[in-house]
Amino acid sequence: MPMTMTQKILADHAGLDSVAPGDLIEAKLDYVMGNDVTTPPAIKVFEKLGVKEVFDKDRVLMIQDHFTPNKDIKSAELNKTMRCFAREHEITHYYELGRREMGIEHVILPDNGIVLPGDLVIGADSHTCTYGALGSFSTGVGSTDLACAMARGVTWFKVPEAIKVNLTGMFRKYVTGKDLILNIIGKIGVDGALYKSLEFGGEGIKALSMDGRLTVCNMAVECGAKNGIFPVDNYTLKYISRTNPDRFIRSDYKIYQADEDAEYSQVLDIDLDDIDLTVALPHLPSNTRKASECTDLKIDQVVIGSCTNGRLEDIAAAATLLKGLKVHKDVRCIVIPGSQMVYRQALENGWLQDLDDAGCVISTPTCGPCLGGHMGVLAKGERCVSTTNRNFVGRMGDPESEVILSGVPVAVSSAVLGRVGTPDEL
Amino acid sequence: MKVSGKVFKYGDNIDTDVIIPARHLTSADPEHLKAHCMEDLDVTFRDRVKAGDIIVAGKNFGCGSSREHAPVAIKASGISLVIANDFARIFYRNSINVGLPILECPEAVGNISEGDELEADFDTGVITDKTTGKSFCAKAFPEFIKNIMEQGGLVGYTESKVRD
Repeated sequence: MPMTMTQKILADHAGLDSVAPGDLIEAKLDYVMGNDVTTPPAIKVFEKLGVKEVFDKDRVLMIQDHFTPNKDIKSAELNKTMRCFAREHEITHYYELGRREMGIEHVILPDNGIVLPGDLVIGADSHTCTYGALGSFSTGVGSTDLACAMARGVTWFKVPEAIKVNLTGMFRKYVTGKDLILNIIGKIGVDGALYKSLEFGGEGIKALSMDGRLTVCNMAVECGAKNGIFPVDNYTLKYISRTNPDRFIRSDYKIYQADEDAEYSQVLDIDLDDIDLTVALPHLPSNTRKASECTDLKIDQVVIGSCTNGRLEDIAAAATLLKGLKVHKDVRCIVIPGSQMVYRQALENGWLQDLDDAGCVISTPTCGPCLGGHMGVLAKGERCVSTTNRNFVGRMGDPESEVILSGVPVAVSSAVLGRVGTPDEL
Repeated sequence: MKVSGKVFKYGDNIDTDVIIPARHLTSADPEHLKAHCMEDLDVTFRDRVKAGDIIVAGKNFGCGSSREHAPVAIKASGISLVIANDFARIFYRNSINVGLPILECPEAVGNISEGDELEADFDTGVITDKTTGKSFCAKAFPEFIKNIMEQGGLVGYTESKVRD
């Protein structure tokens, strides 16, 4: 039976020759990840299971990023719980703040060379679907799933159907992967890919850098998808040769290709030349508009960062566009490099200086304001243009505040203009 | 298992940020979570809800963040069942894992109103609206999921596996 990329990865990890959509299988996991919000409840469940050790201390990852540096006493307790567990079980991939490996989970797992093509990863965070950009299968789960996976190194899956996203053409200037994924969500809706894979392909994938692909897969969950996945090409191989030279040289990864006659429940043909700079207005990521049609919307804050757009390419784009300009007098522009490595490279390249000169505030890596945690929470009636992934009611603060989602170029332009705007207006 | 209660009716795409806002995730204690359940969507929920009551909502219930705190908050509030057209996939898994009964039944969602008195048999999937007298049949769970539920959820299932 012909299979999609996702189906092949699942079949292999379940020890099966083939799987079909709807099959319920148990599959072996390469990595199991949790963060400071989801891991502490998982530890409680893990302790109930009566298991002494995690299935593999190198394959259980614990990343503190949501409320860190600890925003209050309760979040400090959460992190203490995770830290004590990580020390007791000698978890390899647990890092303290400020270490070069540290940062937002979905930025560091690919950038640190932990996830490679063909891997199967679950994480107790909905944006775990990010790593499909590398040709791996990854998806989000909850704390109980995390706990049981920490114990056994396996979990159950329902084999998904797939939607094929066939890309052609080339982005116009300033248009990025963020605009592409917002367009897809706008087209099919926040449940348009519910329980399904989004499998990307076509010669247009060359228009997307690895950072761009990570952004696209990151938001697959915003249209309900189980995972997003890109085929492995030269970009992927070049990226992993840098992030994990050891495994790259040993060819310790696996490239899966969809069968030519694989079945898809739907095919979306997208010409990248047709994609405009896009925003998603409150309160759903599917509420998309051309950014150029929303220039009457005044703003109070801009956030550039998160697991969606806090990568090196994003910080570089922000600094390049803002160089020599000033943030509008009524706007706070918060820039959050997604990891210490991104922070350091942006520092060495002079980008943080450019952003500082423009009047931005530069934060330590954290999820912070994306989920209304800290470091940029909104008051009643305030409006923020943000490169993050969700604009639900109350997502960034008061239930009467508003979040408009965009890519970095629109966010930066809006910071300068004091309203939603585009780079051609600067 | 039979449950009965009054209906709280909500719309499509009820996300986990409104079910339990992230500002309250610094504790996973059910008593703490229940005090803030649904507060960004319906501030009256926590005062009106009574043990046994039932949430009926539209498409894609529980979309967004993977926080298991969401089904825990709903369960701790006394809600005995959530009926929706369909559920976001992580919320679906989490509900089974924490023991919050859920049923998928678009027909029931289209015909049940806020405040109706409902009775539902979780084992047969039969939902009866006692206010209107109408009955509906929800989608059955796959055998694999039933097996997990019969062993006391994923924790019971995993305990049996790690003992082997």
